[in-house]
Amino acid sequence: MGNTLAIIGMALLGLSLIYVLYRTIIGNPVSRRVVFVYVAFAAGLPLFMDLLPPVHVTPDVQALVDALEELPPNSKILAAFDYDPPSAPELQPMAEAFFKMAFKNDLDVIVMGLWPQGPQQADQAIAAALLDPDVQAMNPQYGIDYVNLGFQSGNEFVIQRMGSGFKAMFSRDQRQTPYDSIPVLQNIVNFSNIDFVMNFSAGKPGTVEWVQFAVDRFGATLGAGNTAVQAPQIYPYLRANQMVGLLGGMSGAAEFEKALGMPGAGSTMLLSQISTHAIVILFIIIGNTAYFRTRKRKNG
Amino acid sequence: MADASPIGIFIAGVLTLGIFSFLYKDNPVYKVCEAIFIGVSAAYWAVEYFYSALYKKFWLGVIPPEGSGADPDMWLWGGAILGVLMLCRMIPKINWLSRWPLAFIVGATAGLYMMTFFVSNAMNQIASTMQPLIQDTFLATLGSFTVAIGTVTGLIYFFFSKEHKGIFGGAAKVGIWFLMVTFGASFGYTVMSRMSLLIGRLDFLFSSWATNFGQMF
Repeated sequence: MGNTLAIIGMALLGLSLIYVLYRTIIGNPVSRRVVFVYVAFAAGLPLFMDLLPPVHVTPDVQALVDALEELPPNSKILAAFDYDPPSAPELQPMAEAFFKMAFKNDLDVIVMGLWPQGPQQADQAIAAALLDPDVQAMNPQYGIDYVNLGFQSGNEFVIQRMGSGFKAMFSRDQRQTPYDSIPVLQNIVNFSNIDFVMNFSAGKPGTVEWVQFAVDRFGATLGAGNTAVQAPQIYPYLRANQMVGLLGGMSGAAEFEKALGMPGAGSTMLLSQISTHAIVILFIIIGNTAYFRTRKRKNG
Repeated sequence: MADASPIGIFIAGVLTLGIFSFLYKDNPVYKVCEAIFIGVSAAYWAVEYFYSALYKKFWLGVIPPEGSGADPDMWLWGGAILGVLMLCRMIPKINWLSRWPLAFIVGATAGLYMMTFFVSNAMNQIASTMQPLIQDTFLATLGSFTVAIGTVTGLIYFFFSKEHKGIFGGAAKVGIWFLMVTFGASFGYTVMSRMSLLIGRLDFLFSSWATNFGQMF
């Protein structure tokens, strides 16, 4: 029922734009508040639909998935959470899919954050992943299969220092357990004991710093999930083979979920993303129509 | 929001709507919500930095807990003294002392980044740009030519020692097109990111907040 109403609502929204275009052509454009209302409906209505948009997995995402899937059981992954709640709509679906995949494949995950709220986002993603029946069957245990080392201030200097020893930066985990008493951290001294570094980043410090220090200085293998606004800055590093794969924004999250066969929030929200983009494009056309009409009238 | 309390979710929803009210026009409710957001963020960061830097790093470093077996790290006093000197900025008579920690930070950062930038952002990027023009597939070959033309014409655009006229000027114009396409792609990604924030907030309002609202009232 909700699905049908939402589809009817979207159709009416599209049709009403013809009236907006007509008003614009006759020189009576709508106010900016009307544009806001349209964008709100375009973003909100698809959230009531249970349709999943078609998603094409790009080579950059597939390369990351392949690299993660090839890791043998009990491989050590360092997961750096460098974002905060405002970036969660894009990065949290990636993080949840990542933990589901890691726990199902019996990989050991060491969580840390260069942003104060990053480790909390990781805790929420782990809690969501643990609700998955397949993950529950694996029964991952804190301290044995994963650990959260928490936040450490110092930005890129933290990564630099971790190159000589993780313990120098994280003497205890988030629960105040000493580093040496945590089973999953046994024999983990520095990056040479880490099989893969996965970074979820919304800015600085983030993926750029992980490339510059962990990859180019200490030889780590890096994959990353970024907010869309940051992704264009990261692609040059991917093309230079300084990273194995990149998830860019909400579409990257949806592709990641599809490649792993775990549809989640990224896939469902992508429909909203598509409809808002369509509305923005249509209003660009309407806005340009208004501009050229105004110019013609002034010249005439 | 997995572990948020019902009251917390309710307040988060009200504050979200308060911020959205700016779309109609600037108003006191928006101002209050904005001030709360900035205040809470600043306080959260202050507490986190105090806990992680001053307590976890410095205090537990110089006075290790009993039974930890760790030796006191006296080098940490150096950082602590520099930190105190930084605070001297607030006392006019001795504010010049704050230049010492600033000089240390600038020097250390410059030293750390000198080789890092050269390797990561210069050498590796140049190496990946200098690829054979003819590749295995047509698309890959087209891509190589595009990169080569884009790099050369982009550099010509930023070469100001010669007037942009004739062939040189034409190449600079091609460079501008490459730059515009790059900025356009970047802007498109930015729009996508901002829309994601809106979708995230709406999803919260329609799911967590609406459910919670129904249960509370």
